[in-house]
Amino acid sequence: MFLKDYISDVYNGVASLLKGMRKTGYYFTHSKEIITEQYPDNRATLKLADRFKGEVVMPHDDNNEHTCTGCTACELACPNGTIKIITKFDVTPEGKKKKAIDAFIYRLEMCTLCNLCITACPSDAIKMVPNFEHSVFDRSKLTKVLNKPGSKIKEGIE
Amino acid sequence: MLSLESITKTTQDWLFAKFSPEIALTIECVIVILLCITLFAVLGLVLVLLERKVAARIQIRLGPNRVGPGGIFQTAADTLKLIMKEGLTPDSADKFLFNLAPFIVMMVAMLLLAPIAFAKNFQIWDINIGVLYISAVSSLSVIGILMAGWASNNKYSLLGAMRSGAQIVSYELSAGFAVLTIVVLTGSLRISDIVASQENGWWLFKGHIPVIIAFVLYIIAVTAETNRAPFDLAEAESELTAGFHTEYSGMKFALFFLAEYINIFIVCAIGATLFLGGWMPLHIGHWDGFNHIMDYIPSSVWFMGKTFFLIFVIMWFRWTFPRLRVDQLLNLEWKYLLPISLFNLLLVTVIAIMGWHF
Repeated sequence: MFLKDYISDVYNGVASLLKGMRKTGYYFTHSKEIITEQYPDNRATLKLADRFKGEVVMPHDDNNEHTCTGCTACELACPNGTIKIITKFDVTPEGKKKKAIDAFIYRLEMCTLCNLCITACPSDAIKMVPNFEHSVFDRSKLTKVLNKPGSKIKEGIE
Repeated sequence: MLSLESITKTTQDWLFAKFSPEIALTIECVIVILLCITLFAVLGLVLVLLERKVAARIQIRLGPNRVGPGGIFQTAADTLKLIMKEGLTPDSADKFLFNLAPFIVMMVAMLLLAPIAFAKNFQIWDINIGVLYISAVSSLSVIGILMAGWASNNKYSLLGAMRSGAQIVSYELSAGFAVLTIVVLTGSLRISDIVASQENGWWLFKGHIPVIIAFVLYIIAVTAETNRAPFDLAEAESELTAGFHTEYSGMKFALFFLAEYINIFIVCAIGATLFLGGWMPLHIGHWDGFNHIMDYIPSSVWFMGKTFFLIFVIMWFRWTFPRLRVDQLLNLEWKYLLPISLFNLLLVTVIAIMGWHF
């Protein structure tokens, strides 16, 4: 019984080691698996991972419309006070007052890219994009207003 | 045909014709020393680059690719940097031993080159106890490592050196038994005899499964003896910063680094000599045409090809397996490798006595 355990120990050990070597041997012989990006050289054809988070943006469609209702869920979710939403009241054609955003202020220099604001947003108004070339000469340039000038909320988003 | 054998023969004849035997011998010694040092320098550069490239490919990276085409001058640039750096000696270190240790390690590696047959009739010193000499001298390197660890006056260095001592002393046993299997089959300790006995086939193929087991044991044991991952407890970066050479810098560090790679080359060369036929071409039974074509490849190419194949296997180990703990390391040797190699040696002895090998 002891001998049987001993031999199966050795067999299983060798088998699992060979399994590992097969994997690394596969990587060694298949250069297509290489994931290194030679960054400044291939700046035009750079391929980043899908999960890479670089910056928060607010997508606008062709009519310069976004889907942000100004509910400030992202502002409350942010642990660092990165987001500041300044609201205003639009007057709808029916004469009703409607809350809307005046400025969505995003301070990239304070952002840890934790993705909490994206998950908090009920209307998918903001998203993460894989931009990473954030260097600027003046720190104030990192404070951005995400909604474009003259943009307004898309119809039907409450 | 131009071969290493004819070059050495012409040189020797010319020297002995020109000078008196004593002076000719001295000149020959100087030439051998120069060749050894050149081999060391070249091997150091090539193997470090190879290791980095292999590591990169296995880890799906590109590896060094900026200095020179494909990064081939990377290690030369690194060496230049190391030469420029200050070889610092810590204040509280034992200065004499501290500075001596890298040279001991290096010298042991150099001594081991003597009995290796690099090509047909191209060997520095064909002593009749070549295999014994190798196993005796290779265990000396532990003295250099212990010296470095002790003299550094640093807890990491000391721990690393102690681990290295335990490791080399234990794994020498199974490496020795693996070597003995071939000695039993050949009946000689002389390297040239061992190579000559493999003319009609390498021992790995001739000796059935026991020799294959011995080969695997040898590769495992020498990986441990050269302090390489997965047995690199002596320098375990995450636990002991760099183990026994933590305090070394500049060229003294480079000597340790170089000695590590030279040791890999030497153990692989010995493995190739014992199990894969050294400089012998691959011959298969009675396929005369095939054997003839194989004979056209120079013997030095065969030797280097086999050695570098084994080096690649050891590098493959390093970048695949995780590091062992000290207790696991000693368990592996004393509970697995040693009993298996003892039993295996018995089996090989039976095969040799009964003449069951080819």
